[in-house]
Amino acid sequence: MSRALQRMAVEVLELAQRPEDLLLIGIQRRGVELAERIAKLIEKDEGVAVPRGALDITLYRDDLETVGPKPVIGETRLPGDLSGKHVVIVDDVLYTGRTVRAALDELADFGRPERISLCVLVDRGGRELPIQADIVGTVVKTGPGDRVDVLVEEIDGRDQVDLVR
Amino acid sequence: MRPLLLQGGRVIDPSRGLDQVADVLLQDEKIAAVGPGLGVPDGAEVRNVAGRIVAPGLVDVHVHLREPGNEDEETVASGARAAVAGGFTAVCAMPNTDPVTDNQAAVGFIVRQSGRAGLARVYPIGAVSVGQRGEKLAEFGEMVGAGAVAVSDDGRPVASSHLMRTALEYARTFGIPVANHCEEPSLAAGGVMHEGLVASRLGLKGIPAAAEEIMVARDCLLADLTGGHVHLCHMSTRGSIDLIRRAKERGARVTAEVTPHHLTLTDHACEGYDTHAKMNPPLREAADVAALRAALKDGVIDCIASDHAPHSYDEKEAAFDDAPFGIVGLETAFAVAHTELVLGGVLTVPQLIARMSTEPARVFQLAGGTLAAGAGADVVVLDLAVRWTVDASAFHSKSRNTPFAGRELSGRPTLTVVGGKVVHDLERPATT
Amino acid sequence: MSASLGKDLTGLEHLSPEQIRLILDTAEPFKEVSERPIKKVPALRGKTIVNLFFEASTRTRISFEFAEKRLSADTVNVAATGSSVSKGETLVDTAKNLEAMRIDMVVIRHPSSGVADFLGARIRSNVINAGDGQHEHPTQALLDLLTIRDKHGKIEGLKVCLVGDILHSRVARSNLWGLTKLGAHVGVCGPRTLLPRGIEELGVTVFPRIEEAIEWADVLNILRLQLERMEKGFIPSLREYYRVFGVTPERLERSPHPLTIMHPGPMNRGVEIDSRVADGPHSVILDQVTNGVAVRMAVLYLLAGGRPELADAAKRGVGGGGGGPD
Repeated sequence: MSRALQRMAVEVLELAQRPEDLLLIGIQRRGVELAERIAKLIEKDEGVAVPRGALDITLYRDDLETVGPKPVIGETRLPGDLSGKHVVIVDDVLYTGRTVRAALDELADFGRPERISLCVLVDRGGRELPIQADIVGTVVKTGPGDRVDVLVEEIDGRDQVDLVR
Repeated sequence: MRPLLLQGGRVIDPSRGLDQVADVLLQDEKIAAVGPGLGVPDGAEVRNVAGRIVAPGLVDVHVHLREPGNEDEETVASGARAAVAGGFTAVCAMPNTDPVTDNQAAVGFIVRQSGRAGLARVYPIGAVSVGQRGEKLAEFGEMVGAGAVAVSDDGRPVASSHLMRTALEYARTFGIPVANHCEEPSLAAGGVMHEGLVASRLGLKGIPAAAEEIMVARDCLLADLTGGHVHLCHMSTRGSIDLIRRAKERGARVTAEVTPHHLTLTDHACEGYDTHAKMNPPLREAADVAALRAALKDGVIDCIASDHAPHSYDEKEAAFDDAPFGIVGLETAFAVAHTELVLGGVLTVPQLIARMSTEPARVFQLAGGTLAAGAGADVVVLDLAVRWTVDASAFHSKSRNTPFAGRELSGRPTLTVVGGKVVHDLERPATT
Repeated sequence: MSASLGKDLTGLEHLSPEQIRLILDTAEPFKEVSERPIKKVPALRGKTIVNLFFEASTRTRISFEFAEKRLSADTVNVAATGSSVSKGETLVDTAKNLEAMRIDMVVIRHPSSGVADFLGARIRSNVINAGDGQHEHPTQALLDLLTIRDKHGKIEGLKVCLVGDILHSRVARSNLWGLTKLGAHVGVCGPRTLLPRGIEELGVTVFPRIEEAIEWADVLNILRLQLERMEKGFIPSLREYYRVFGVTPERLERSPHPLTIMHPGPMNRGVEIDSRVADGPHSVILDQVTNGVAVRMAVLYLLAGGRPELADAAKRGVGGGGGGPD
């Protein structure tokens, strides 16, 4: 996983026209940890401190009822004003695209960034909306009954990507 | 009318201490004979009632029939039909009708309606005060002359001690009891259930036990003072029992009744805001239920009376505060009492029949409550073994407001005879 | 899942501690929504909610209205009145009309105890009790619990005293249930005429004098005293009430540690609470108001979204990352 993150960090920098306007926003929960790691890698390699934030999209889902009786709404924390910024959304898995769509809706309620890009660790296909990632760590082919679970050290104790068929 | 022979039942007549298997012959509207192996007169209808109880018809001294004024809830006729279905051959109808039964014309109306129905005998109770307003005495003499057997302002208490005193003294002239609904108005005002922990949890205003006891104490003292007969309606608290016991011990002319629901249910029945548990006096605590049962057993309480209070579905389907007080009871009274008190080991069968037939008749000096030869042919056959489930939609009463819906009970009247005529028949359902 | 709230929130008496904690935990992130420039999330978009108030109330109604609008729901306010004779009819027919209009959620306040349960049993819509007679006011108690938790970091083991007219207070009853279920010690203090029968049997300590209550408590939740209590003879006068039971700075000075001061509002300054106390450094009264909107958003959100069978289906079929479908 660390190799992929390394490469993704480089690609984020390449994507940015003005690194000082970069803003890495992770989607709860594991996207936040990944955004943190990428930001640290960029800081170490390039000496540029990239501000990061967290976005919980639970309240923006288009499927309220399937959340279930015990939803956990995570923290939403955005550093400062979004105007003029290049926001890079970071998430662990891109599948149907609905999470990203919810994130876009939520960001729009906070402000109007100059530009929004999408960076994901795993693209597993199966899109239900016309959404593509600008930066992809790895592509995995999956069917509808499969699951892709990403585990990160900060939350799960280890780094791992599992494909469960 | 054909003679009617009830053969082979267990005949229980508390008025004569009789309890044996025997036949009962009814002829010319009277009890002709009671004994084993009676001969069958010509043309007599014969019913084999082996395994059942044959007893004097039950007597309910406290019912509300809503005629005149609220005939959609109950009429004299529908109430009389409900009564015989419950094994009652006589009931006393309270005067809180609309208009109030406080004069001889109104009393006579009830008597005539009863005659027209031709089912249970309905004896009117006249009001104590005109309009039951608690100010001026009604005309006891005229009402008694028209057929009233007692006076009461039930629905309400006789709040003025002076009025209660004069009522007791005046009633002595006619030999009738004054039946009082004991409730001290300023303590009870606004209350909708028993004042206690359940009311506190439900956020409902309570009626403290003291509201009843204060007036019970007063009425016992007034009975002392006047030598009149006070009958205490629907007793509900253990404190009231203590007061009645002491009054009786010193010879005051105090009698008392209790309802089947106060012998069975507590204020926990109000949880969930079930308006079928809302009545006045309210359901109290387990200790009160226990005291009432013991008092019924040892005679401090003389009889069981249903306080049958019909209300329409719409009225009861409301917030607890707004629903009217009261439940029906004629068609479940015996079965509830049998299931809870006899099967519950509090009373024997003869004791229960005494409390529901002989004693109420004695307290109100009514004919009935006896199977002595020459007495009116008011008889009930009771099947104690049958188990049945209360189905309110099958009631003969026009109203359905009962807390016992769906309850499984043991024991039921299967044949009711008034004046020698069969008026309720589950023995042979086709003929009912 | 046992923590699910079911269809209605009519009171705290029958909720489990887990369910109460779920609501409080869900309320936290909703506080942040009220700090955003656009104070709105689309979670309840398209839901119709009726605020059915049979009793005048500005603050509770506004709080609910903000909660509903910040969740993007469509809101209608109905101020219903009925004479005591027609109340019963109005209620049953009202329920049937709401059902016929396919309203999603009803927030109801009514002067008779038991009405929220009455309505909940008769309509399919979610029913939220905004105060029924003297019975319960669950969202008020929930926001009180959240405020206490925010201030003290916990609820368990805290000593909370309710002060005032406990007998007629639905806020007191709901607080009593919520606090005891979450492990707090509950005290009550007020004139004997205003204490409900049997209160001691609910595990509550009764303090006859406010001085004793102040010495014992960590938190005082001061209830509003209504003028009609004096008119109905429960207390001789409001002046005497203030003299004997009023929470004043002088009385608070005698406490060994600073007391958190709470009040559900609206306050009778100079009757149950001194102005200097209400505006003092340990008063969290305004935090209660802020938390009120968040708690009500959490309640509406949890009731609107909770359908356990769909949650199970979602877990099985729509796979994806560790957090849920994407």
